[in-house]
Amino acid sequence: MNIVVLVKQVPDSGADRNLRTDDNTVDRGSANNVINEMDEYAIEEALKIKEAHGGEVTILTMGPDRATESIRKALSMGPDKAVHVVDDALHGSCAVTTSKVLAAALGTLGADLVICGAESTDGRVQVMPHMIAERLGVAALTGARKLTVDGGTLTIERQTEEGYEVVTASTPAVVSVWDTINEPRYPSFKGIMAAKKKPVQTLSLGDLGVAPAEVGFEGATSAVVEHSKRPPRSGGAKVTDEGEGGVKLVEFLATEKFV
Amino acid sequence: MSEVLVVVEATREFGVKKVTLEMLTLARQLGTPSAVVLGGPGAAEALSVKLGEYGAAKIYAAEGEEIDGYLVAPKAGVLADLVRRVQPAAVLLAGSQEGKEIAARLAVKLDNGILTDVVALDADGTATQVAFAGSTIVKSKVTRGLPLVTLRPNSVNPEPAAAEPAVEQLAVAVADTDKLAKVVQRVAEQKGSRPELTEASVVVSGGRGVGNADNFKLVEELADLLGGAVGASRAAVDSGFYPHQFQVGQTGKTVSPQLYVALGISGAIQHRAGMQTSKTIVAVNKDAEAPIFELSDFGVVGDLFKVVPQAAEEIRKRK
Repeated sequence: MNIVVLVKQVPDSGADRNLRTDDNTVDRGSANNVINEMDEYAIEEALKIKEAHGGEVTILTMGPDRATESIRKALSMGPDKAVHVVDDALHGSCAVTTSKVLAAALGTLGADLVICGAESTDGRVQVMPHMIAERLGVAALTGARKLTVDGGTLTIERQTEEGYEVVTASTPAVVSVWDTINEPRYPSFKGIMAAKKKPVQTLSLGDLGVAPAEVGFEGATSAVVEHSKRPPRSGGAKVTDEGEGGVKLVEFLATEKFV
Repeated sequence: MSEVLVVVEATREFGVKKVTLEMLTLARQLGTPSAVVLGGPGAAEALSVKLGEYGAAKIYAAEGEEIDGYLVAPKAGVLADLVRRVQPAAVLLAGSQEGKEIAARLAVKLDNGILTDVVALDADGTATQVAFAGSTIVKSKVTRGLPLVTLRPNSVNPEPAAAEPAVEQLAVAVADTDKLAKVVQRVAEQKGSRPELTEASVVVSGGRGVGNADNFKLVEELADLLGGAVGASRAAVDSGFYPHQFQVGQTGKTVSPQLYVALGISGAIQHRAGMQTSKTIVAVNKDAEAPIFELSDFGVVGDLFKVVPQAAEEIRKRK
Protein backbone atom coordinates (compact mmCIF):
# COMPACT_ATOMS: atom_id res chain seq x y z
CA MET A 1 0.00 0.00 0.00
CA ASN A 2 1.29 3.42 -0.98
CA ILE A 3 0.81 5.61 2.10
CA VAL A 4 1.42 9.35 2.38
CA VAL A 5 1.55 10.97 5.83
CA LEU A 6 0.94 14.69 6.13
CA VAL A 7 3.36 16.31 8.55
CA LYS A 8 3.20 19.92 9.68
CA GLN A 9 5.91 21.81 11.47
CA VAL A 10 4.44 23.90 14.28
CA PRO A 11 5.77 26.10 17.08
CA ASP A 12 6.23 24.06 20.26
CA SER A 13 2.94 24.18 22.16
CA GLY A 14 4.87 23.88 25.41
CA ALA A 15 6.41 27.33 24.97
CA ASP A 16 5.15 30.86 24.43
CA ARG A 17 3.61 31.22 20.97
CA ASN A 18 2.87 34.43 19.10
CA LEU A 19 1.55 35.93 15.92
CA ARG A 20 3.88 38.27 14.09
CA THR A 21 3.18 41.97 14.44
CA ASP A 22 4.18 42.78 10.84
CA ASP A 23 1.95 40.40 8.87
CA ASN A 24 -0.22 38.59 11.48
CA THR A 25 1.11 35.12 10.59
CA VAL A 26 2.37 32.54 13.09
CA ASP A 27 5.76 33.60 14.39
CA ARG A 28 7.96 30.68 13.37
CA GLY A 29 11.23 32.60 13.36
CA SER A 30 11.59 32.95 17.11
CA ALA A 31 9.79 29.74 18.05
CA ASN A 32 11.13 26.29 18.77
CA ASN A 33 9.61 24.46 15.81
CA VAL A 34 8.64 20.81 16.14
CA ILE A 35 6.57 18.15 14.39
CA ASN A 36 2.91 18.60 15.18
CA GLU A 37 2.39 16.07 17.96
CA MET A 38 -0.67 14.40 16.43
CA ASP A 39 1.29 13.75 13.20
CA GLU A 40 3.62 11.39 15.06
CA TYR A 41 0.61 9.14 15.65
CA ALA A 42 -0.17 9.32 11.94
CA ILE A 43 3.40 8.28 11.10
CA GLU A 44 3.24 5.40 13.58
CA GLU A 45 -0.03 4.16 12.10
CA ALA A 46 1.39 4.30 8.58
CA LEU A 47 4.48 2.34 9.63
CA LYS A 48 2.33 -0.31 11.32
CA ILE A 49 0.26 -0.73 8.15
CA LYS A 50 3.41 -1.00 6.03
CA GLU A 51 4.84 -3.60 8.41
CA ALA A 52 1.65 -5.68 8.18
CA HIS A 53 0.76 -5.22 4.53
CA GLY A 54 3.91 -3.99 2.75
CA GLY A 55 4.22 -0.85 0.67
CA GLU A 56 5.88 2.48 1.05
CA VAL A 57 5.48 5.44 3.41
CA THR A 58 6.07 8.98 2.16
CA ILE A 59 6.08 12.13 4.27
CA LEU A 60 4.45 15.20 2.71
CA THR A 61 5.11 18.62 4.22
CA MET A 62 4.23 22.09 3.06
CA GLY A 63 6.29 24.70 4.83
CA PRO A 64 9.31 27.00 4.75
CA ASP A 65 12.91 25.82 4.36
CA ARG A 66 13.34 25.21 8.06
CA ALA A 67 10.61 22.55 7.95
CA THR A 68 13.41 20.29 6.67
CA GLU A 69 14.35 19.66 10.31
CA SER A 70 10.92 18.22 11.02
CA ILE A 71 11.00 16.18 7.82
CA ARG A 72 14.30 14.53 8.87
CA LYS A 73 12.88 13.90 12.32
CA ALA A 74 9.81 12.27 10.76
CA LEU A 75 11.99 10.14 8.49
CA SER A 76 14.02 8.97 11.48
CA MET A 77 10.93 7.13 12.73
CA GLY A 78 11.05 4.93 9.63
CA PRO A 79 9.25 6.33 6.54
CA ASP A 80 10.96 5.74 3.19
CA LYS A 81 11.07 9.21 1.68
CA ALA A 82 9.64 12.70 1.82
CA VAL A 83 8.22 15.41 -0.39
CA HIS A 84 8.60 19.03 0.70
CA VAL A 85 6.41 21.66 -0.93
CA VAL A 86 8.34 24.87 -0.44
CA ASP A 87 7.83 28.22 -2.14
CA ASP A 88 8.11 31.78 -0.83
CA ALA A 89 4.74 32.60 -2.39
CA LEU A 90 3.03 30.18 0.08
CA HIS A 91 3.62 32.49 3.05
CA GLY A 92 0.27 33.73 4.38
CA SER A 93 -1.84 30.94 2.87
CA CYS A 94 -5.18 30.15 4.53
CA ALA A 95 -6.61 26.68 5.17
CA VAL A 96 -8.62 26.65 1.94
CA THR A 97 -5.61 27.47 -0.24
CA THR A 98 -3.33 25.16 1.74
CA SER A 99 -5.70 22.31 0.96
CA LYS A 100 -5.44 23.20 -2.72
CA VAL A 101 -1.65 22.93 -2.65
CA LEU A 102 -1.63 19.70 -0.62
CA ALA A 103 -4.24 18.15 -2.92
CA ALA A 104 -2.12 19.10 -5.94
CA ALA A 105 0.95 17.53 -4.34
CA LEU A 106 -0.98 14.38 -3.45
CA GLY A 107 -2.11 14.22 -7.06
CA THR A 108 1.52 13.69 -8.08
CA LEU A 109 2.05 10.92 -5.51
CA GLY A 110 -0.81 8.54 -6.30
CA ALA A 111 -1.41 7.50 -2.70
CA ASP A 112 -3.78 4.67 -1.75
CA LEU A 113 -3.99 6.07 1.73
CA VAL A 114 -3.30 9.51 3.17
CA ILE A 115 -2.95 9.63 6.96
CA CYS A 116 -2.75 12.81 9.01
CA GLY A 117 -3.21 14.03 12.56
CA ALA A 118 -6.76 15.10 13.43
CA GLU A 119 -5.60 18.66 14.09
CA SER A 120 -2.47 20.72 14.48
CA THR A 121 -1.54 22.22 17.82
CA ASP A 122 -1.12 25.72 16.37
CA GLY A 123 -4.35 26.32 14.45
CA ARG A 124 -6.47 23.48 15.88
CA VAL A 125 -8.75 24.05 12.90
CA GLN A 126 -9.38 20.36 12.15
CA VAL A 127 -10.53 20.98 8.56
CA MET A 128 -7.65 19.76 6.40
CA PRO A 129 -8.57 16.07 5.94
CA HIS A 130 -12.08 16.84 4.70
CA MET A 131 -10.88 19.72 2.53
CA ILE A 132 -8.32 17.48 0.85
CA ALA A 133 -10.79 14.60 0.44
CA GLU A 134 -13.34 17.00 -1.06
CA ARG A 135 -10.79 18.21 -3.60
CA LEU A 136 -9.53 14.74 -4.48
CA GLY A 137 -13.01 13.18 -4.56
CA VAL A 138 -11.96 10.42 -2.17
CA ALA A 139 -13.37 9.20 1.15
CA ALA A 140 -12.45 10.88 4.44
CA LEU A 141 -12.43 8.74 7.58
CA THR A 142 -11.71 11.30 10.25
CA GLY A 143 -11.01 11.30 13.96
CA ALA A 144 -9.96 7.64 14.12
CA ARG A 145 -9.12 6.04 17.44
CA LYS A 146 -8.72 2.69 15.66
CA LEU A 147 -7.97 1.82 12.04
CA THR A 148 -8.12 -1.60 10.40
CA VAL A 149 -7.00 -2.36 6.86
CA ASP A 150 -8.41 -5.37 5.03
CA GLY A 151 -7.23 -5.35 1.44
CA GLY A 152 -8.65 -2.15 -0.03
CA THR A 153 -11.21 -1.73 2.74
CA LEU A 154 -10.56 0.64 5.61
CA THR A 155 -12.59 0.70 8.80
CA ILE A 156 -12.26 3.18 11.62
CA GLU A 157 -13.77 3.71 15.02
CA ARG A 158 -14.37 7.34 15.78
CA GLN A 159 -15.28 8.80 19.14
CA THR A 160 -18.44 10.89 19.21
CA GLU A 161 -20.11 12.72 22.06
CA GLU A 162 -22.69 9.95 22.39
CA GLY A 163 -20.35 7.00 22.04
CA TYR A 164 -18.54 5.94 18.90
CA GLU A 165 -19.17 5.30 15.22
CA VAL A 166 -17.76 2.60 12.99
CA VAL A 167 -17.14 4.01 9.51
CA THR A 168 -15.86 2.21 6.45
CA ALA A 169 -14.56 3.17 3.02
CA SER A 170 -12.51 1.82 0.16
CA THR A 171 -9.11 3.14 -0.82
CA PRO A 172 -8.08 5.68 -1.93
CA ALA A 173 -8.97 7.58 1.23
CA VAL A 174 -7.83 10.18 3.74
CA VAL A 175 -7.72 9.05 7.39
CA SER A 176 -7.12 11.38 10.33
CA VAL A 177 -6.11 10.05 13.72
CA TRP A 178 -6.26 11.14 17.35
CA ASP A 179 -3.57 10.36 19.89
CA THR A 180 -5.62 7.46 21.26
CA ILE A 181 -4.81 5.30 18.23
CA ASN A 182 -1.31 4.07 19.10
CA GLU A 183 1.94 4.83 20.90
CA PRO A 184 4.45 6.41 18.49
CA ARG A 185 7.89 4.81 18.43
CA TYR A 186 11.02 6.73 19.31
CA PRO A 187 13.55 7.06 16.50
CA SER A 188 16.46 4.65 16.97
CA PHE A 189 20.06 5.74 16.47
CA LYS A 190 20.07 3.68 13.29
CA GLY A 191 16.87 5.39 12.20
CA ILE A 192 18.36 8.83 12.80
CA MET A 193 21.46 7.97 10.77
CA ALA A 194 19.40 6.42 7.96
CA ALA A 195 17.11 9.47 7.80
CA LYS A 196 20.02 11.66 6.72
CA LYS A 197 20.32 9.65 3.50
CA LYS A 198 16.64 9.24 2.66
CA PRO A 199 15.43 11.10 -0.43
CA VAL A 200 13.62 14.41 0.13
CA GLN A 201 12.12 15.80 -3.05
CA THR A 202 11.24 19.49 -3.10
CA LEU A 203 8.32 20.75 -5.15
CA SER A 204 7.61 24.38 -6.01
CA LEU A 205 4.26 25.87 -6.94
CA GLY A 206 5.40 25.76 -10.56
CA ASP A 207 5.97 21.99 -10.27
CA LEU A 208 2.39 21.63 -9.03
CA GLY A 209 0.83 23.91 -11.64
CA VAL A 210 -0.51 26.28 -8.99
CA ALA A 211 -0.22 30.00 -9.72
CA PRO A 212 1.35 32.15 -6.97
CA ALA A 213 -1.72 34.42 -7.00
CA GLU A 214 -3.88 31.47 -5.91
CA VAL A 215 -1.98 31.12 -2.61
CA GLY A 216 -0.29 33.24 0.05
CA PHE A 217 -1.83 36.52 1.15
CA GLU A 218 -3.13 37.21 -2.34
CA GLY A 219 -5.08 33.99 -2.63
CA ALA A 220 -6.15 33.76 1.01
CA THR A 221 -9.89 33.48 1.69
CA SER A 222 -9.63 34.93 5.20
CA ALA A 223 -7.40 37.41 6.96
CA VAL A 224 -6.35 38.27 10.48
CA VAL A 225 -7.29 41.91 11.05
CA GLU A 226 -5.61 42.37 14.42
CA HIS A 227 -4.44 40.37 17.40
CA SER A 228 -3.44 40.95 20.98
CA LYS A 229 -2.18 38.96 23.93
CA ARG A 230 -4.90 38.04 26.34
CA PRO A 231 -4.08 39.49 29.76
CA PRO A 232 -2.72 36.58 31.80
CA ARG A 233 -4.94 35.36 34.59
CA SER A 234 -3.72 36.31 37.99
CA GLY A 235 -4.02 33.92 40.86
CA GLY A 236 -6.62 34.82 43.48
CA ALA A 237 -6.92 33.75 47.08
CA LYS A 238 -5.03 30.64 48.11
CA VAL A 239 -5.64 29.01 51.47
CA THR A 240 -3.83 26.13 53.10
CA ASP A 241 -6.11 23.43 54.39
CA GLU A 242 -5.98 23.25 58.15
CA GLY A 243 -9.12 21.20 58.53
CA GLU A 244 -11.50 23.76 57.02
CA GLY A 245 -10.33 23.78 53.37
CA GLY A 246 -13.46 22.12 52.00
CA VAL A 247 -15.77 24.51 53.83
CA LYS A 248 -13.75 27.52 52.67
CA LEU A 249 -13.94 26.26 49.10
CA VAL A 250 -17.73 26.03 49.30
CA GLU A 251 -17.92 29.47 50.90
CA PHE A 252 -16.09 30.87 47.88
CA LEU A 253 -18.42 28.99 45.52
CA ALA A 254 -21.39 30.38 47.43
CA THR A 255 -20.18 33.99 47.10
CA GLU A 256 -19.86 33.35 43.35
CA LYS A 257 -23.38 31.85 43.38
CA PHE A 258 -22.36 28.37 42.24
CA VAL A 259 -23.82 26.80 45.36
CA MET B 1 -33.36 41.51 7.39
CA SER B 2 -31.05 39.11 5.69
CA GLU B 3 -31.16 35.42 6.37
CA VAL B 4 -28.53 33.75 8.54
CA LEU B 5 -28.21 29.97 8.32
CA VAL B 6 -27.68 28.10 11.57
CA VAL B 7 -26.74 24.44 11.10
CA VAL B 8 -28.44 22.61 13.95
CA GLU B 9 -26.50 20.28 16.17
CA ALA B 10 -28.55 17.88 18.26
CA THR B 11 -28.18 14.55 20.00
CA ARG B 12 -30.60 11.64 19.84
CA GLU B 13 -30.90 11.62 23.59
CA PHE B 14 -31.14 15.29 24.56
CA GLY B 15 -32.38 16.98 21.38
CA VAL B 16 -31.12 20.44 20.39
CA LYS B 17 -27.69 21.14 21.85
CA LYS B 18 -26.95 24.30 23.77
CA VAL B 19 -24.45 25.47 21.15
CA THR B 20 -27.33 25.54 18.65
CA LEU B 21 -29.26 27.90 20.92
CA GLU B 22 -26.12 30.03 21.20
CA MET B 23 -25.87 30.16 17.40
CA LEU B 24 -29.54 31.18 17.07
CA THR B 25 -29.00 33.94 19.63
CA LEU B 26 -25.92 35.17 17.77
CA ALA B 27 -27.69 34.92 14.40
CA ARG B 28 -30.44 37.25 15.60
CA GLN B 29 -27.84 40.01 15.99
CA LEU B 30 -26.78 39.55 12.38
CA GLY B 31 -30.15 39.04 10.68
CA THR B 32 -33.02 36.58 10.70
CA PRO B 33 -32.03 33.06 11.72
CA SER B 34 -33.04 30.05 9.68
CA ALA B 35 -32.25 26.70 11.26
CA VAL B 36 -30.95 23.93 9.01
CA VAL B 37 -31.62 20.39 10.21
CA LEU B 38 -29.51 17.75 8.49
CA GLY B 39 -30.39 14.33 9.81
CA GLY B 40 -32.24 11.08 9.62
CA PRO B 41 -35.94 10.72 8.78
CA GLY B 42 -38.15 12.88 11.02
CA ALA B 43 -35.22 14.73 12.57
CA ALA B 44 -36.70 18.24 12.24
CA GLU B 45 -40.07 17.38 13.77
CA ALA B 46 -38.51 16.55 17.12
CA LEU B 47 -36.48 19.76 17.22
CA SER B 48 -38.80 22.41 15.79
CA VAL B 49 -40.40 23.59 19.05
CA LYS B 50 -37.06 24.30 20.70
CA LEU B 51 -35.67 25.97 17.57
CA GLY B 52 -38.75 28.23 17.47
CA GLU B 53 -38.33 29.17 21.12
CA TYR B 54 -34.91 30.57 20.32
CA GLY B 55 -35.97 32.57 17.30
CA ALA B 56 -35.66 30.34 14.25
CA ALA B 57 -37.92 32.09 11.72
CA LYS B 58 -37.67 29.18 9.33
CA ILE B 59 -36.47 25.60 9.40
CA TYR B 60 -34.89 23.92 6.40
CA ALA B 61 -34.99 20.16 6.79
CA ALA B 62 -32.92 17.69 4.81
CA GLU B 63 -33.79 14.29 6.15
CA GLY B 64 -33.14 10.74 5.16
CA GLU B 65 -31.02 7.65 5.60
CA GLU B 66 -28.66 8.97 2.96
CA ILE B 67 -28.00 12.15 4.98
CA ASP B 68 -27.31 10.28 8.16
CA GLY B 69 -25.71 7.10 6.83
CA TYR B 70 -22.43 8.61 5.63
CA LEU B 71 -19.78 10.78 7.21
CA VAL B 72 -20.63 14.52 6.77
CA ALA B 73 -20.17 14.74 2.97
CA PRO B 74 -23.93 14.45 2.15
CA LYS B 75 -24.68 17.15 4.72
CA ALA B 76 -22.13 19.48 3.16
CA GLY B 77 -23.58 18.81 -0.29
CA VAL B 78 -27.13 19.72 0.73
CA LEU B 79 -25.91 22.76 2.62
CA ALA B 80 -23.87 24.02 -0.35
CA ASP B 81 -26.96 23.83 -2.57
CA LEU B 82 -28.99 25.73 0.02
CA VAL B 83 -26.34 28.46 0.41
CA ARG B 84 -26.18 28.93 -3.38
CA ARG B 85 -29.96 29.28 -3.51
CA VAL B 86 -30.74 31.57 -0.56
CA GLN B 87 -27.47 33.58 -0.50
CA PRO B 88 -27.47 34.04 3.29
CA ALA B 89 -25.65 36.82 5.13
CA ALA B 90 -23.67 34.23 7.11
CA VAL B 91 -23.51 30.50 7.87
CA LEU B 92 -22.97 29.38 11.46
CA LEU B 93 -21.98 25.86 12.52
CA ALA B 94 -21.09 24.36 15.88
CA GLY B 95 -17.43 24.25 16.82
CA SER B 96 -17.59 20.48 17.20
CA GLN B 97 -15.79 17.80 15.22
CA GLU B 98 -18.77 17.37 12.89
CA GLY B 99 -19.49 21.11 12.62
CA LYS B 100 -15.91 21.80 11.57
CA GLU B 101 -15.95 18.91 9.10
CA ILE B 102 -19.13 20.08 7.37
CA ALA B 103 -17.74 23.62 7.28
CA ALA B 104 -14.48 22.36 5.78
CA ARG B 105 -16.25 20.73 2.84
CA LEU B 106 -18.58 23.68 2.41
CA ALA B 107 -15.59 26.05 2.22
CA VAL B 108 -14.03 24.04 -0.61
CA LYS B 109 -17.33 23.55 -2.47
CA LEU B 110 -18.04 27.29 -2.41
CA ASP B 111 -14.38 28.44 -2.54
CA ASN B 112 -15.22 30.42 0.57
CA GLY B 113 -13.12 31.39 3.59
CA ILE B 114 -13.70 29.71 6.95
CA LEU B 115 -13.14 30.82 10.55
CA THR B 116 -13.17 28.24 13.33
CA ASP B 117 -13.30 28.49 17.14
CA VAL B 118 -15.09 31.80 16.92
CA VAL B 119 -16.29 33.26 20.24
CA ALA B 120 -17.97 36.43 18.91
CA LEU B 121 -19.10 37.73 15.52
CA ASP B 122 -19.85 41.37 14.67
CA ALA B 123 -22.47 42.52 12.20
CA ASP B 124 -19.71 43.50 9.75
CA GLY B 125 -18.41 39.92 9.76
CA THR B 126 -15.43 40.50 12.04
CA ALA B 127 -14.93 37.38 14.14
CA THR B 128 -13.13 37.06 17.45
CA GLN B 129 -11.10 33.91 17.95
CA VAL B 130 -9.04 32.71 20.86
CA ALA B 131 -5.75 31.18 19.76
CA PHE B 132 -2.67 29.51 21.22
CA ALA B 133 -4.29 27.92 24.24
CA GLY B 134 -6.24 31.02 25.13
CA SER B 135 -3.19 33.29 25.22
CA THR B 136 -3.98 35.31 22.09
CA ILE B 137 -7.11 37.08 20.92
CA VAL B 138 -7.47 37.31 17.16
CA LYS B 139 -9.89 39.39 15.10
CA SER B 140 -10.32 38.05 11.62
CA LYS B 141 -12.56 38.20 8.58
CA VAL B 142 -13.53 36.03 5.68
CA THR B 143 -12.23 37.89 2.63
CA ARG B 144 -13.72 35.64 -0.04
CA GLY B 145 -17.38 34.71 0.15
CA LEU B 146 -19.72 34.99 3.11
CA PRO B 147 -18.83 34.68 6.80
CA LEU B 148 -18.63 30.91 7.35
CA VAL B 149 -17.87 30.35 11.01
CA THR B 150 -17.89 27.61 13.60
CA LEU B 151 -18.84 28.81 17.07
CA ARG B 152 -16.98 27.54 20.12
CA PRO B 153 -19.51 26.20 22.66
CA ASN B 154 -20.16 28.38 25.73
CA SER B 155 -19.32 31.61 23.90
CA VAL B 156 -22.78 33.21 23.77
CA ASN B 157 -25.45 33.32 26.44
CA PRO B 158 -28.52 31.65 24.84
CA GLU B 159 -31.61 33.88 25.06
CA PRO B 160 -35.10 32.77 24.03
CA ALA B 161 -37.10 34.82 21.49
CA ALA B 162 -40.24 33.07 20.39
CA ALA B 163 -40.88 32.55 16.70
CA GLU B 164 -43.11 30.19 14.77
CA PRO B 165 -40.95 28.64 12.13
CA ALA B 166 -42.33 27.17 8.94
CA VAL B 167 -40.60 23.98 7.90
CA GLU B 168 -39.32 23.69 4.35
CA GLN B 169 -38.29 20.21 3.27
CA LEU B 170 -35.23 20.24 1.05
CA ALA B 171 -34.81 17.82 -1.81
CA VAL B 172 -32.17 15.27 -0.91
CA ALA B 173 -30.15 13.98 -3.84
CA VAL B 174 -26.86 12.72 -2.52
CA ALA B 175 -24.09 12.39 -5.11
CA ASP B 176 -22.19 9.09 -5.24
CA THR B 177 -18.96 10.96 -4.44
CA ASP B 178 -20.55 11.99 -1.12
CA LYS B 179 -21.32 8.38 -0.20
CA LEU B 180 -17.77 7.09 0.12
CA ALA B 181 -17.51 6.90 3.93
CA LYS B 182 -20.32 4.73 5.20
CA VAL B 183 -21.34 4.71 8.86
CA VAL B 184 -21.94 1.01 9.53
CA GLN B 185 -22.56 1.21 13.26
CA ARG B 186 -23.33 3.79 15.95
CA VAL B 187 -22.63 2.64 19.46
CA ALA B 188 -24.11 4.61 22.35
CA GLU B 189 -21.98 4.56 25.45
CA GLN B 190 -23.29 4.92 28.95
CA LYS B 191 -23.15 8.57 29.89
CA GLY B 192 -25.65 9.03 32.68
CA SER B 193 -27.35 12.34 33.24
CA ARG B 194 -24.30 14.61 33.28
CA PRO B 195 -24.13 17.48 30.80
CA GLU B 196 -21.88 17.20 27.79
CA LEU B 197 -18.33 18.31 28.61
CA THR B 198 -17.92 21.19 26.12
CA GLU B 199 -21.40 22.55 26.85
CA ALA B 200 -21.46 22.26 30.64
CA SER B 201 -21.64 25.41 32.80
CA VAL B 202 -19.60 23.63 35.45
CA VAL B 203 -16.72 21.20 34.86
CA VAL B 204 -15.02 19.27 37.66
CA SER B 205 -11.77 17.65 36.52
CA GLY B 206 -9.39 15.23 38.14
CA GLY B 207 -5.69 14.78 37.50
CA ARG B 208 -2.83 12.54 38.46
CA GLY B 209 -3.38 13.46 42.10
CA VAL B 210 -6.67 11.54 42.11
CA GLY B 211 -4.49 8.46 42.24
CA ASN B 212 -6.60 5.77 40.61
CA ALA B 213 -9.76 5.08 38.63
CA ASP B 214 -11.80 4.20 41.69
CA ASN B 215 -11.05 7.54 43.35
CA PHE B 216 -12.61 9.35 40.39
CA LYS B 217 -15.90 8.72 42.21
CA LEU B 218 -14.93 11.73 44.34
CA VAL B 219 -14.64 13.88 41.24
CA GLU B 220 -17.95 12.57 39.94
CA GLU B 221 -19.68 13.20 43.25
CA LEU B 222 -18.59 16.84 43.35
CA ALA B 223 -19.56 17.27 39.68
CA ASP B 224 -23.02 15.88 40.37
CA LEU B 225 -23.52 18.14 43.39
CA LEU B 226 -22.62 21.15 41.24
CA GLY B 227 -24.64 19.93 38.25
CA GLY B 228 -21.49 19.72 36.18
CA ALA B 229 -19.60 17.51 33.78
CA VAL B 230 -16.54 15.46 34.66
CA GLY B 231 -13.21 16.08 32.97
CA ALA B 232 -9.75 14.63 33.32
CA SER B 233 -6.20 15.76 32.66
CA ARG B 234 -4.03 13.94 30.15
CA ALA B 235 -1.98 12.47 33.00
CA ALA B 236 -5.14 10.97 34.49
CA VAL B 237 -6.29 9.63 31.13
CA ASP B 238 -2.87 8.21 30.23
CA SER B 239 -2.78 6.49 33.63
CA GLY B 240 -6.12 4.87 32.83
CA PHE B 241 -8.08 6.65 35.57
CA TYR B 242 -10.77 7.99 33.22
CA PRO B 243 -11.79 7.53 29.54
CA HIS B 244 -10.16 9.63 26.85
CA GLN B 245 -13.33 11.33 25.66
CA PHE B 246 -13.30 13.31 28.90
CA GLN B 247 -9.77 14.62 28.46
CA VAL B 248 -9.44 18.39 28.76
CA GLY B 249 -6.40 20.00 27.21
CA GLN B 250 -4.29 20.57 24.14
CA THR B 251 -4.97 17.12 22.71
CA GLY B 252 -8.43 16.78 24.21
CA LYS B 253 -11.50 18.95 24.61
CA THR B 254 -11.42 22.70 25.04
CA VAL B 255 -13.89 23.85 27.66
CA SER B 256 -14.97 27.31 28.69
CA PRO B 257 -17.46 26.86 31.52
CA GLN B 258 -18.64 29.37 34.12
CA LEU B 259 -16.84 27.31 36.77
CA TYR B 260 -13.87 24.97 36.38
CA VAL B 261 -12.79 22.90 39.37
CA ALA B 262 -9.32 21.31 39.10
CA LEU B 263 -8.66 18.50 41.57
CA GLY B 264 -5.16 17.08 41.82
CA ILE B 265 -4.16 18.77 38.56
CA SER B 266 -0.79 20.52 38.50
CA GLY B 267 -1.73 22.74 35.56
CA ALA B 268 0.79 21.82 32.87
CA ILE B 269 0.50 23.89 29.70
CA GLN B 270 -1.06 20.87 27.99
CA HIS B 271 -3.96 21.09 30.40
CA ARG B 272 -4.19 24.88 30.58
CA ALA B 273 -4.66 24.95 26.82
CA GLY B 274 -8.04 23.33 27.25
CA MET B 275 -9.49 25.28 30.17
CA GLN B 276 -7.91 28.65 30.78
CA THR B 277 -10.74 30.65 29.21
CA SER B 278 -13.09 29.34 31.93
CA LYS B 279 -14.81 32.20 33.75
CA THR B 280 -13.99 31.11 37.29
CA ILE B 281 -11.31 28.56 38.19
CA VAL B 282 -10.82 26.88 41.55
CA ALA B 283 -8.19 24.30 42.40
CA VAL B 284 -7.29 21.82 45.08
CA ASN B 285 -3.71 20.58 45.06
CA LYS B 286 -1.31 19.42 47.73
CA ASP B 287 1.61 21.23 46.05
CA ALA B 288 1.46 24.94 46.93
CA GLU B 289 3.76 25.69 43.97
CA ALA B 290 1.55 23.96 41.37
CA PRO B 291 1.09 26.24 38.34
CA ILE B 292 -2.69 25.69 38.45
CA PHE B 293 -2.82 28.17 41.36
CA GLU B 294 -1.44 30.91 39.07
CA LEU B 295 -4.74 30.93 37.20
CA SER B 296 -7.11 29.99 39.99
CA ASP B 297 -9.50 32.50 41.47
CA PHE B 298 -9.54 30.39 44.60
CA GLY B 299 -7.12 27.66 45.58
CA VAL B 300 -6.89 25.22 48.43
CA VAL B 301 -3.48 23.80 49.22
CA GLY B 302 -4.24 20.48 50.78
CA ASP B 303 -5.09 16.82 50.46
CA LEU B 304 -7.99 16.47 48.02
CA PHE B 305 -9.13 13.30 49.80
CA LYS B 306 -9.89 15.46 52.84
CA VAL B 307 -10.90 18.72 51.15
CA VAL B 308 -13.27 17.30 48.53
CA PRO B 309 -15.41 15.10 50.84
CA GLN B 310 -15.70 18.03 53.24
CA ALA B 311 -16.72 20.35 50.41
CA ALA B 312 -19.29 17.79 49.23
CA GLU B 313 -20.70 17.51 52.73
CA GLU B 314 -20.88 21.31 53.04
CA ILE B 315 -22.75 21.62 49.72
CA ARG B 316 -25.27 18.98 50.86
CA LYS B 317 -25.78 20.89 54.11
CA ARG B 318 -26.52 24.09 52.24
CA LYS B 319 -29.02 22.49 49.86
